[in-house]
Amino acid sequence: MGLDFSIIPKYFDIILLGCAWTIGITLAAAILSFFGGILFAVIALYAPWIIRQPFRLIAWVFMGTPLLLQLFLIYFGLVQIGIDLPAFVAGIIGLGLHFAVYNSELIQTAILSVDKGQMEAARTLGLSRPEALRKVVIPQAVRAVIPPIGNNMIALLKDSALVSVIGVSELTLSAQRVIGKTYRPFEFYLLAAAFYYVINLAMEWVQRRIERRISISR
Amino acid sequence: MTNQKSFVEIRHAQKSFGTVEVLKDISLSVERGQIVGIIGSSGSGKSTLLRAINDLDPLSDGEVWLDGVQVNQKLPHRQYEKHINQMRQQVGMVFQHFNLFPHMTARENVTMAPLMLKGITKDEADKLAEEQLDHVGMLERIDYYPSQLSGGQKQRVAIARALAMKPKLMLFDEATSALDPELVEEVNQVMRKLAKEQMTMIIVTHEMDFAASVCDRVLFMDQGVVVEEGPPDVLFKNPSQARTREFLRKHLEGSK
Repeated sequence: MGLDFSIIPKYFDIILLGCAWTIGITLAAAILSFFGGILFAVIALYAPWIIRQPFRLIAWVFMGTPLLLQLFLIYFGLVQIGIDLPAFVAGIIGLGLHFAVYNSELIQTAILSVDKGQMEAARTLGLSRPEALRKVVIPQAVRAVIPPIGNNMIALLKDSALVSVIGVSELTLSAQRVIGKTYRPFEFYLLAAAFYYVINLAMEWVQRRIERRISISR
Repeated sequence: MTNQKSFVEIRHAQKSFGTVEVLKDISLSVERGQIVGIIGSSGSGKSTLLRAINDLDPLSDGEVWLDGVQVNQKLPHRQYEKHINQMRQQVGMVFQHFNLFPHMTARENVTMAPLMLKGITKDEADKLAEEQLDHVGMLERIDYYPSQLSGGQKQRVAIARALAMKPKLMLFDEATSALDPELVEEVNQVMRKLAKEQMTMIIVTHEMDFAASVCDRVLFMDQGVVVEEGPPDVLFKNPSQARTREFLRKHLEGSK
């Protein structure tokens, strides 16, 4: 039984729908992980002890345990305490928080390496510390870590395949379902891979554009 | 002590970093419109004294007053933050390394603080930026980023940024020390212009000629004390203290 790609058009819409789910979940989780990362970084660096310590525990859970387990915990575990999330929401939250913790590590280092004179200049103008962080320090820190955050976002895209295990029909699961009907694993897994590759290219393109836009201001 | 205070008044300023005493009981008063220069070798405490005026380097002991209000009041943390932000809005500061915000254009550098703190509109902010940048001769670079400007241009934008808050007092912390020699004059010119406009200024500098030409009064600091102060004619041409003479002699040799 050789390869037969002519079967693809018949199931293309299912794969395309899966692709849309993958893009949607990745985008939502990426946004959550970006702003969550900034928030976590600020908490880790500046929040009072009483907030910082429990937060460190949560950060450890998200960094030190498998993402798969975290997804199970959020989707199946939370139901027991009355929080019944739709699968895709659980997936977005799990992916988003997981990568927020990674982004937070990057942003923390970047915040600390912004020149001290920047905070001084802002304070001298009369800005409060939170105002100076928001308008002067954090924007510079975030600009400095756009490339490594971009790498995290590519990893997020690939890990989005994990939400198939809680039943979200994203790209990987859609491919599996089609394969279940057609017994054509090679063709459809290759197709899914091609789609991941295209999404990847698009993300890299967006990242390059953002980098180019901010490079002038550095 | 009387209640009659000078515009800027520093009383018995004392500051230690760990066991090192960098300011030893310094008192200083500056009248409105006066221009005071502070000279001295590095480590003499001159920058620390300047930075104590807006509480960037808080004093260990002593008082700083500006226009009848004590800057370094003892207040609970939250109230103090509010108070000090209020005070700092009235004091412009210019740094050796400019400290412009690299992610903002000249216009945004100038208008960021007034927009946030003074509640002005976008249009008023644009007008303010044009005014202030024109004042320092940088209007044609209004939408440039700091990375696209020379050192002298950066410092002029930094001065415009400070002036945009309409401060009562301007502090200059070696504003021209990081500049290439050929760029110093354009910044000095801006400072001379401010002097003509009766801005009260305290200037920490290494440039004796400039200090001599603009300052009403010059202080020579060494090892945390004011060794000698007086009008520039006297201090530079006929200093009474041996330490001042020694410093000026070395400095002249150095600049030759």
